[in-house]
Amino acid sequence: MINVTIDGVRVEVPKGATILEAAQEAGIRIPTLCYLKKLSPIGSCRMCVVEVEGCTKPVTACDTPAGDGMVVTTDSEELREMRRDVLRLLLVRHPLDCPVCDKGGECDLQDLVYEFGVTAESYRTEPFERDVPRYVSPFIRQWPDRCVLCGRCVRACKEVKGVGCIQIVDNGFYSYIGPVPGVECISCGECLSVCPVGALTDSVHPTKARIWQAERVPTTCGYCGVGCQLELNVLNGEVIRVTTTDFDRAPNFGSLCVKGRFGWEFVNHPDRLEKPLVRKDGELKEATWDEALGLVARKLQEIKDEHGADAVGGLSSARCTNEENYLFQKFMRAVIGTNNVDHCARL
Amino acid sequence: MTNSIACVDKAQAFLVIGSNTTENHPIIGDRVKRAVTQRGAGLVVIDPRRIELAEYANVFLQVKPGHNIPVILGMMHVILKEGLHAPDYIAERCEGFEEFAASLEAHSPEKVQQITGVDADLIRKAARVYAGAKPASILYAMGVTQHTQGTDAVKCLANLAMLTGNVGVEGGGVNPLRGQNNVQGACDMGGLPNVVTGYQKVGDDEAMAKFDEAWGRKVPREPGLTVTEMGHAALEGKIRALYVMGENPMITDPDLHHIEKALETLNFLVVQDIFLTETAAKADVVLPACSFAEKDGTFTNTERKVQRVRAALAPRGECKPDWQIVQELSTKMGYPMSYAHPREIFEEIASLTPSYAGIDYDRIEREGIPWPCPDRDHPGTPVLHVERFARGKGLFQVVEYKGPAEEADDEYPLILTTGREHPHYHSGSMTRRCGRINDCFPEGFLEMHPADAERLGLHTGDGVRVASRRGEITTKVKVVDRPAPGTVFLSFHYSESPVNVLTNPATCPVAKIPEYKVTAVRVEKA
Repeated sequence: MINVTIDGVRVEVPKGATILEAAQEAGIRIPTLCYLKKLSPIGSCRMCVVEVEGCTKPVTACDTPAGDGMVVTTDSEELREMRRDVLRLLLVRHPLDCPVCDKGGECDLQDLVYEFGVTAESYRTEPFERDVPRYVSPFIRQWPDRCVLCGRCVRACKEVKGVGCIQIVDNGFYSYIGPVPGVECISCGECLSVCPVGALTDSVHPTKARIWQAERVPTTCGYCGVGCQLELNVLNGEVIRVTTTDFDRAPNFGSLCVKGRFGWEFVNHPDRLEKPLVRKDGELKEATWDEALGLVARKLQEIKDEHGADAVGGLSSARCTNEENYLFQKFMRAVIGTNNVDHCARL
Repeated sequence: MTNSIACVDKAQAFLVIGSNTTENHPIIGDRVKRAVTQRGAGLVVIDPRRIELAEYANVFLQVKPGHNIPVILGMMHVILKEGLHAPDYIAERCEGFEEFAASLEAHSPEKVQQITGVDADLIRKAARVYAGAKPASILYAMGVTQHTQGTDAVKCLANLAMLTGNVGVEGGGVNPLRGQNNVQGACDMGGLPNVVTGYQKVGDDEAMAKFDEAWGRKVPREPGLTVTEMGHAALEGKIRALYVMGENPMITDPDLHHIEKALETLNFLVVQDIFLTETAAKADVVLPACSFAEKDGTFTNTERKVQRVRAALAPRGECKPDWQIVQELSTKMGYPMSYAHPREIFEEIASLTPSYAGIDYDRIEREGIPWPCPDRDHPGTPVLHVERFARGKGLFQVVEYKGPAEEADDEYPLILTTGREHPHYHSGSMTRRCGRINDCFPEGFLEMHPADAERLGLHTGDGVRVASRRGEITTKVKVVDRPAPGTVFLSFHYSESPVNVLTNPATCPVAKIPEYKVTAVRVEKA
């Protein structure tokens, strides 16, 4: 363990911890943009610059290891001006188009620009091309002019998913996130979930909503058995997208696969059954609940009375909740009176 | 899983067998890849196809479908011969070792090579990678269980983990990756013919007396029929009515022609689902249910963690959550149920199920709890069998290899194996109705090795007829070197090419799981 002093607060951190981690330990916030806990730090955006006693120049906190006895200052007028400059330079390319951006309201850049009082696009250049060839995934729309080249998406794709299908292409002002030739995207949307700005947006549902308009309901994914935690975003009684904003939640820590992130449209599908159906003259016709359940109750009772309880079988479901499975087998065992209950665990 | 998903981060080596982890459990697959590339963990992959994880493996054993058991026996032979086993652990915690050890004598890698064609030196290398690092984790899925000897294969894996002292150890374990969101929970809740909740046996009078009292009805003590047995019983006229909640056996059961006949023989079929599935279309009554987005409750994931599901939408149209439908039907049949919310049902579950006793909705508001969780102060159990096995001593069981039910012959010269593709899910009733996913991945392909394709004069995109001893389907071929020569692969997501028309209904005598993974087929240009 080593001792570090951050803004006058002394903390003990393990050897190898960065200045940023030491500051977090001390409860002191350092502004960041390209940093994300689950990714390797690269010190590229320079928002996290801090002064270290004895160093002539400020250093980036996210990727500089804390040293024993180090004395760090995270906030000064000079640092604030440096951070403002970082933001002004990002705004050369990034338009202040927050009113038309999906990310408006939970954008790291928007928050920082607001916090540091940068109120105008101070430097001018020709606008960066907005329309580009399709992104690597058809589930995601790319807005290259909004990209701040933090490289979170590139690192997440490689480090978290082990795919590495995107990279920073070209140089300087003209850099953009483009495909890595020969590496196929799996459309997991990890890049989308870590983008701090609106450079990558979900393109599945035509309906958009301001962040504060849609309700986010945390729940468990309905596909495989991993049980990923995700948020259903709901507007006017319809799911419009899936997000993961809590990167500390097990078991997936904000990651999903193509099904979990983009496979929710079935919920709104017009094929959804909306009324009970009863077969009449060989055809399934709409019926009331009372009619349908009455018929089921009568038929099951008849068959039970005539052929015994074991003439009835039931399949419960690996797709339904625990509570529903419990109730189903209770119904089969206590009401029908048979142990003929199974589900597709074997299939 | 005996262990938690987080344990993947602690394993020093993995044996991944019969699991295409990166496609079917992507979030766990990612962690395995990270363990290998970022920490240098060892990886052995055993699979009939060169799946993505094979590219990361130290050793990849490309087995023919149905050859898992001899390969694992060969690995254990090597481990014992080379002294890579854990004698202290075995002596202290296990029993039946001597007879088991003697049974391995016959399974030298050379012998295994004769049976399976897998190179003896690769088997040795695989044994050293898995047994040479501690802790080591076994991850497996339906590629192990969907065989007539599926249970024996799982016993083999348990033997292997005990032999190397990897059961009850953080980062180790024998870990089945479960394919459906709540297949663990459906089993835990007693959606099985021989047990009620928490695997309390229907034949156990003492346990059942508790249910008799709680439910006010006497629970029958004789085990019921499994899903595959119900099909046969229907054809024999023994099952007259079937109530299906959220299942689509018309796509997912083996030998679909047989199932179709069975469903048509029934006097009465009720299907409760969110779509008019292939099965629902055959029903006498269809009851519209809510999707996961419209209901509250819990799912139990593959690591036994009970997690919350929350209603984000109001029920669509006149749909009702499944629990409410069952409750209303029960009431109509003279057994009133009046739960106001799934929370109340969960409380009843906890009161009757020792492994769920300590769990309630408040405790799992933010993060789930893995069972067993016997009381309110218990934190849950991420790793099973830690100080002692659930049964006391870990029992080594001798396994004899018999081979799959069906072999290739002149008429059906290729072996078909089945599984899933990453963008789609199970019978496809959900993902095939996700516009964007289905636009991007609209059709399935028969994967075939270039050598077989050349012999049959086939090219990627060609239409083919695939026939087995039970039926035939048409699809398109994709020429790719993922399967070995002689093996072909199809997924079961596409109802227009229902692969289970072909599959063999022969089941494992213990688990009653059909042998989906081994079907002899003939492929011709359509």
